[in-house]
Amino acid sequence: MKALRNIVDKIKPTFSKGGKLGFLHSTFDAFETFLFVPNTTTQHGAHVRDCNDIKRTMITVVVALIPCLLFGCYNTGLQVGLEGWLAFAYGLVRILPMIAVSYIVGLGIEFTVAQWRGHEVNEGFLVSGLLIPLVMPVSTPLWMVGLGTAFAVIFGKEIFGGTGMNVFNPAVLARAFVFFAYTPQMSGETVWYSTWKMFGATDAQTGATALEQLATTGGMQWSALDAFLGFIPGSFGETSTLAILIGAAILLYTGVASWKTMVSVFVGGLAMAYTFNLCGVGAMGSQGVEPYMHLLVGGFAFGAVFMATDPVTSAQTSTGKYIVGFLTGAIAIMIREINPAYPEGMMLSILFMNALAPLVDYFVVEANIRRRKNRVKTVK
Amino acid sequence: MASKSLKNLTAPLSGNNPVIVQILGICSALAVTVQLKPAIVMGLSVMVVTAFANLVMSLLRKGVPSRIRIIVQLVVIAALVILVDQVLKAFVYDVSKQLSVYVGLIITNCIVMGRVEAFALQNKPWDSFLDGIGNGAGYGLILVIVAFFRELLGSGSLFGYPIFEKLGLYELGYANCGLMLFPPMALIIVGCIIWIHRTINTNLQEK
Repeated sequence: MKALRNIVDKIKPTFSKGGKLGFLHSTFDAFETFLFVPNTTTQHGAHVRDCNDIKRTMITVVVALIPCLLFGCYNTGLQVGLEGWLAFAYGLVRILPMIAVSYIVGLGIEFTVAQWRGHEVNEGFLVSGLLIPLVMPVSTPLWMVGLGTAFAVIFGKEIFGGTGMNVFNPAVLARAFVFFAYTPQMSGETVWYSTWKMFGATDAQTGATALEQLATTGGMQWSALDAFLGFIPGSFGETSTLAILIGAAILLYTGVASWKTMVSVFVGGLAMAYTFNLCGVGAMGSQGVEPYMHLLVGGFAFGAVFMATDPVTSAQTSTGKYIVGFLTGAIAIMIREINPAYPEGMMLSILFMNALAPLVDYFVVEANIRRRKNRVKTVK
Repeated sequence: MASKSLKNLTAPLSGNNPVIVQILGICSALAVTVQLKPAIVMGLSVMVVTAFANLVMSLLRKGVPSRIRIIVQLVVIAALVILVDQVLKAFVYDVSKQLSVYVGLIITNCIVMGRVEAFALQNKPWDSFLDGIGNGAGYGLILVIVAFFRELLGSGSLFGYPIFEKLGLYELGYANCGLMLFPPMALIIVGCIIWIHRTINTNLQEK
């Protein structure tokens, strides 16, 4: 550790302003703070001191994603007919290139922009870079992952001013871009299975996903327990509700994600599903699919835990969090019920509520101001 | 041609471009740019309408009382648009069908009315005519750039010629970007053009 510190200190003057490689100072800065906690303190203004900075917050989310990642690897192999460690190895071989592409493209853009603008490199992409491969179908070509990532980082984040300024969640944006741009490759019956033959994997299995089966027939070939544990076809990270709940527990215990958003997404989704069931309308409601099934299949749980709770794009006020969370869940189920052609209503509803969150915040703040003004009037 | 007159023609192509600097005529720029051919026809139509509307209104500028000028302008522009529409129907029927209502909607294109109000009513006929040609060309230029990218990346072709297929890109695993066929992507491309344009022309950047 000491040796590393010495090396960093030794080369620091070269990269500082005025040094030989001074133009690279933001890149150097990023690596230095990645290796060591910076010992600088804020100079002006009101600030809360906390040992937690953006890097630690982001790393916590990455840790929370690990159960989903590991289970996703195992399940991917399982879906092509492999078992045990072989299944796990197969999934790992499939997802590692996707993760690598997503990080290389995303961080490449982040570093370039930071360098160009003379900013510090922001850490926001640590989470997005892992989320993006986790929400992609197994058979997504690597160049599509790269393109989706580039689109999300440039148009979702950098043009708004980088981490903390983005209106839309970059990971959801990448998924939405790939879905709408390459619809033929992203929907249909084979995409959720891998078509690679490796370690003796069987040829591409085909079949509708759990969500599609529920929408068309009202039942599915897997049991609810399988869906909860995640032994169903789907994107890498989203199949296992159990693994997602472990991640949720980590996020809530460390206080990184807001329980208000998370809980109200689930409440909103359940409420909407019950409403559809009571009225007997909608693709699944009319066939009497149990409302809780919605939380087990598709990307609902994953979106609720890891994406709707994004501190940047979700609402900032407490009341706003309840409203935005509730509507995110409700709209997701509404899209699933009324338009089953969109396999993932969650993605669209998160993007939609990302756009509306500032408006919700605005009205919450206005209402609070009005309430307090009235209080002043009564005292007078 | 005097240099001042020439400036009327060239300024709208870049520094005072109606689409990317004045942000006018965005609606049709999104609607007709899925393919190159309709985009070029649309650009030419707008150029003709703007040029002749400017010319006619500049000739009439001393005789028209200012209180009824808007109505006179509308009559002139509407007549020109109907002429253009009929010509398109007669000679390039398939493109005319593709453009559908957007030819008729040139009447409501802010560029036409804007140039008549802002330029033709204060300037001589020749200058006004050149200004109209310039603005129409500036609009058409952006349309062609947007349509080029949308057709190339969205359908893999140019003027209907399947260029990517001939190059054998699909066998390499390439796929067309379906999002390019949606209007939102046209808006993003226009945004990118503005971005590049303002990066080069620093005097246009808002403070």
